[in-house]
Amino acid sequence: MYDLKELERKARQAIDRKATFGDDVDLDSFDRSFVPHTYLAEEEICSIPQEEQQRLLMSGLDVTGTGRGGTYFQKDTSVVHCHSNEEGIEVMPVTEALKKHDWVKEYFWKLVPVDQDKYTASAFLDLHDGYVIRALPGSKSIYPIQACLYIDKENLQQNVHNLIIAEEGSELHIITGCATSPHMKRGVHVGISEFFVKKGARLSFTMIHNWAEEMSVRPRSVARVEEGGVFINNYICMKPVRSIQMYPTTHLVGDDATAMFYSVIVGTPGSHLDIGGRIYLKNRGCRAEIVQRSISNGAHIINRGHLIGEAPDIKAHLECKGLLLKGGIIDSIPQLEGHVEGVDMSHEAAVGKVAQEEINYLMSRGITEEEATSTIVRGFLSVDIKGLPVPLREEIDRAIDRSDKDAI
Amino acid sequence: MLIIEDLQVELAGRILLKDIDLEIRPGDTHVLFGPNGSGKTSLLMTIMGYPQYIVKKGRITFKGTDITHAPLNERAALGIGMSYQRPPTINGLKTRQMIDICAKRKVDAGEMARSLNFEDFLDRDVNAGFSGGEIKRSELLQLTAQNPDLMLFDEPESGVDIENMALIGTTIARILEKETPKGGKNAKPFVQQRSERTKMGLIITHTGYILDYVPADKGQVLLNGVLACTGNPREIFQCIGQLGYEECVKCTI
Repeated sequence: MYDLKELERKARQAIDRKATFGDDVDLDSFDRSFVPHTYLAEEEICSIPQEEQQRLLMSGLDVTGTGRGGTYFQKDTSVVHCHSNEEGIEVMPVTEALKKHDWVKEYFWKLVPVDQDKYTASAFLDLHDGYVIRALPGSKSIYPIQACLYIDKENLQQNVHNLIIAEEGSELHIITGCATSPHMKRGVHVGISEFFVKKGARLSFTMIHNWAEEMSVRPRSVARVEEGGVFINNYICMKPVRSIQMYPTTHLVGDDATAMFYSVIVGTPGSHLDIGGRIYLKNRGCRAEIVQRSISNGAHIINRGHLIGEAPDIKAHLECKGLLLKGGIIDSIPQLEGHVEGVDMSHEAAVGKVAQEEINYLMSRGITEEEATSTIVRGFLSVDIKGLPVPLREEIDRAIDRSDKDAI
Repeated sequence: MLIIEDLQVELAGRILLKDIDLEIRPGDTHVLFGPNGSGKTSLLMTIMGYPQYIVKKGRITFKGTDITHAPLNERAALGIGMSYQRPPTINGLKTRQMIDICAKRKVDAGEMARSLNFEDFLDRDVNAGFSGGEIKRSELLQLTAQNPDLMLFDEPESGVDIENMALIGTTIARILEKETPKGGKNAKPFVQQRSERTKMGLIITHTGYILDYVPADKGQVLLNGVLACTGNPREIFQCIGQLGYEECVKCTI
């Protein structure tokens, strides 16, 4: 039931509710008012300043649209570009979609509780925009849809709500970047994302964060995967940021549903990154995998992983590895919860430094200690993500390559 | 030429090797025998330059350069390479990329891997989940790409099944230039072919199988950190087999 009054009542009650994890952000010290930006046509979008284009590219948004099935581009509070090239895939701003299509309401705030905390409440009460991306039944796309949530205005709190729907038997890939303009320093991003992977559908969602040093980021995302569906959730964050706290959660509700979370995080001094991943396996044959790789160059990183097996014949694995390169803290908290007999769940966690034995081995093949170290770190970051189309796989490799130098 | 003079080596405060004198001439391959814990691997690691093996006394010279305290990569650059018994896994580094690192350039790893029957492993992380025999083939592939002048082999037969032993043995013979000299009308005389060999080898073996493939020039026994005897490798191996290390060393002193 879509009941705006009820949602509003709940949101108002939760407006001061602190989140379970992460530093508390004083939202009142940020500006949530609308920032008008002109809508750009396809050819105009290519004429935005080079420096900005570069920032966008770092987050996976190619303004030329090369190798993309569609684009959603939001600057501050306004949609500046939105279109789809692919038959069977719809890309719309959420505010517009809610007005035009009744079906959209069936998905709005269906998975994320509006009263979870002050951030969800704020995203409801002061929603700017966000995207709806929907793959119609049976439609298949290889080229990813790109979405970018860009912040240009100093001290803005950007509130975004995204709905991603992969209808039965469809295949949908999304690469979404969040970035700030080069001059921008302080701000907040609150992003609500609700994912619906229907029977037999495949959805991959790759999120690249490129924030500014004084940005606080509070994504809230929940996915629901039906029978035989596959949800791949990738997250890359290698740039300085003040604080990110998120705990994306997936409910595998149908038989043989699969979820895979992969995250690659590099934390710089002053960054506080509290990144979790939670997957409920509620039916027979469900599969889940969480792989987290973190490097601290002086950041405080918390990796939470939580797998909940509620049905027999499920299989779930959590792998969490941290490298302390230049100080900082990596706090790895893996949790496994088996509720019935016949679950198969495991985890491996390790926090350490680059092994001297590996450095020596590579040096004995003729490379210097620095080269050996960077080779090992690069290897550490190159997670084998299964089930991605080649262009997207290459895109992720490039994103890691671009940030690689900063990491080492 | 590798020259080791009066070498004494310490690991974690314990003396592992002492009074070591060893000379390997260009074209020569030596075989090192000795019981477990006698210091064979330590000797190889010291020659390669592992920093935890501290040289307390003596000198290592390679191609006229004193490398006693040179770092690993400088020794590799001078032409020393090693095939390890239990190398570490490098997660995320493909064997294919490792081959390029060894060769210092982009090479056709597939072509190189074919003769070692190792093509299927090129896109796997270096040593990740490799069996004993697979590790040996991976090490030989890396060494082939690196093509050093002095090759150190730490038990190249261990964990290798009968089927792959010939593959390992003939590969080592090939990269050490120890194959049977070429015959035929246009071939150079055997003596000349032999004298033109430059590769040097030092092979640790327990089983002696490698002797069936590599005609080694010299055998040495390392016992309790001391090089106890030198001689014909076949003869020494036979003696060890019949009398054991302790007795064998006694009879030659």
